[in-house]
Amino acid sequence: MTTSRPALVSPGASAGSAEPARDARARAAGPGAAPDTAGSQPRSAPAVSMAGALNRALRDAMAADERVLVLGEDVGRLGGVFRVTDGLRAAFGERRCFDTPLAEAGIVGFAVGMAMYGLRPVVELQFDAFAYPAFEQVVSHVAKLGARTGGRVRPSMVLRIPYGGGVGAVEHHSDSSEAYYAHTAGLKVVTPATVTDAYSLLRDAIDDPDPVVFLEPKRLYWSRSPVDLPVRAEPLGQAALRRAGRDVTVVTYGPTVPLALEAAQVAAGYGWDVEVVDLRSIVPFDDDTVVASVRRTGRCVVLHEAQGFAGVGAEIAARVQERCFHSLAAPVLRVTGWDVPYPAPKLEHHHQPSVARILDAFERLQWDDEPDARWLADT
Amino acid sequence: MTTETTGGLGAVVAKLLPSPSPIRFVDDGGEPVDEHGGYRPPPDELLVQAYEAMVLGRRFDAQATALARQGRIAAFPSSVGQEACQAGAALALRPGDWLFPTYRDSGALLSRGVDPLDVLAPVRGHRHCGYDPYAHRCAPMSTPLATQAPHGTGLAVAARWKGTDEVALVLLGDGATSEGDFHEALNFAAVFRAPVVFLVQNNRYAISVPLSQQSAAPSLAYKGIGYGVRAEQVDGNDAVAVLSVLAEAVDHARAGLGPMLVEAHTYRMGPHTSADDPTRYRDEAEVASWRGRDPVERLRAYLRRRGLLDDAAEAAVTARAEALAAGVRAGVAHDAHVAPTDIIDHVYAAAPAFLAEQRAALLSELDAGGEGAR
Repeated sequence: MTTSRPALVSPGASAGSAEPARDARARAAGPGAAPDTAGSQPRSAPAVSMAGALNRALRDAMAADERVLVLGEDVGRLGGVFRVTDGLRAAFGERRCFDTPLAEAGIVGFAVGMAMYGLRPVVELQFDAFAYPAFEQVVSHVAKLGARTGGRVRPSMVLRIPYGGGVGAVEHHSDSSEAYYAHTAGLKVVTPATVTDAYSLLRDAIDDPDPVVFLEPKRLYWSRSPVDLPVRAEPLGQAALRRAGRDVTVVTYGPTVPLALEAAQVAAGYGWDVEVVDLRSIVPFDDDTVVASVRRTGRCVVLHEAQGFAGVGAEIAARVQERCFHSLAAPVLRVTGWDVPYPAPKLEHHHQPSVARILDAFERLQWDDEPDARWLADT
Repeated sequence: MTTETTGGLGAVVAKLLPSPSPIRFVDDGGEPVDEHGGYRPPPDELLVQAYEAMVLGRRFDAQATALARQGRIAAFPSSVGQEACQAGAALALRPGDWLFPTYRDSGALLSRGVDPLDVLAPVRGHRHCGYDPYAHRCAPMSTPLATQAPHGTGLAVAARWKGTDEVALVLLGDGATSEGDFHEALNFAAVFRAPVVFLVQNNRYAISVPLSQQSAAPSLAYKGIGYGVRAEQVDGNDAVAVLSVLAEAVDHARAGLGPMLVEAHTYRMGPHTSADDPTRYRDEAEVASWRGRDPVERLRAYLRRRGLLDDAAEAAVTARAEALAAGVRAGVAHDAHVAPTDIIDHVYAAAPAFLAEQRAALLSELDAGGEGAR
């Protein structure tokens, strides 16, 4: 199905850190970064990494509100395995940024108790798959306390979780676990794709009265953008248009936003003008922005790295067809990882969505009003 | 290295280990016994207060069980036989302290001053938690076992770091000591020297599973030593002993000496809930043997022997218990009205757009008088 464009797209071109930069700003930002479109940052602003912006957000939040404290494994002396909490213990003392025993259910449960007492814990759960021991605390307490108590107990807290693949990690370090949290009523689920959003969304999350699962795309930690911090972008709960286009809307979030922009650039060479919506917040879901875009373009591709079955993309596709049915010229398609446990690092690029996989989806959007042959074969 | 300067590991262990047999002040027949180590006897007025709390708790329990059998409330988890622990836990705390109860701890909540009808909210079926946790400093009753233990620990550390001398007391059962959260909470509590007391009411059964299949520990109190948590075991049907040991544990925590684990040996006289049939898994002879160790009767006999309780005082307590039961019956007869939209309104501090849409949909169902309107 890709026979019309073999020369432009080679399988290796889109995998992981080999993504080519698209323009001058993205080049300055380094591989994998989405351009920071919020505000009007001067070109002379220093290049900041996403990890650095997260660190600055924690630092500024702790300085602004003494109830904010940071806890987790290795967040103290070491500054976190990704250095996101670097220097916080030295700056704020060991009661504001502290290491805990290695027990994730205990960490989250302990934070719930602190939140009940009026503190604002920011928990670092070291990796996506290492957050699973805390699942019962998250589902049965963090998410439900507000509803259970008629709003009298509101555990305002942030659970920071580095997530997703593309960094060549060994097993249990590359899961995209957003669907578990998004399916849990009572949580907000947020993920930044830009350096600006890393700062702005984390500040919003810490200020938010509701518990927020803050998913940090590992592959973007070292992406850089020239950003003057502090900076504030759209509020938590609002999606952002990363690229305007007329022909098809790509709805995505977190680690695959730069990939969507890259695919949009390549697609332009074929005459497809692609719009890219970065959700920023999976919950609350910004129906308005997504619906307005799809009504304009008439076509929608949902993109994420997580496996597709019962994933966040399924929810997005359902919402789009419920709300945009009469504007749609083609079925909503999903481009996702395969429905497999995250593969070993040397094979992960076969799992992750690529520019080629996205372009293949664009091609299947029934431009000639022909049904998708893929679904007709067996009927 | 600190162990060498304080007399070696043996001395440290000796300070943490529980007494070899449960602490007792009063035997099964209400006679004083000298099996209380160095623990101080509680003040007389506290014993009288505990007696009243225990009688009220038992009457409340009987009333709730009756209402459950009549189908007027959902399956009720009785704590009959555990009144000394229930009253003891509440009376060991100051108003500024915090209690972290389970679903079986309605007696402790009552003694803490929570309205009986609010205690029953989950089984009345209109709210998962009927009281304001901040009003009485009682966390919501926890149903997933041991999950409230890390909450109590975190809250206690937060209170200490704020400079208060507030203490948290976490109630647990024997089954909960098998859950990971129990162990993680003990470990966190020790590492952070949390002012928290864990009271394990070892009532011998986790629904149907007996203690022998729950744990091979010499006694559950020995689970403290591995975490460096001081532990004690107490006769949980001896209210005098429970009050004494809990007073010591709470003082220990309040003084900044760290957490304490207390195992109270008791017995669940009733079923797991009113929907359970304990004859399928335990003998009547065993239940009968525990009937002879009843905590309420035992304290009553002791108080009368000591001249702390007379007929008039007993009659007054009984009258208060009957008034409580009558209030529960009358209250349950009136179905508490909760707006249907309540199920949506408290999930988030402010309903996001997607939930606001669903709230509007529910309201239009109500307007249409359909299924949702009932």
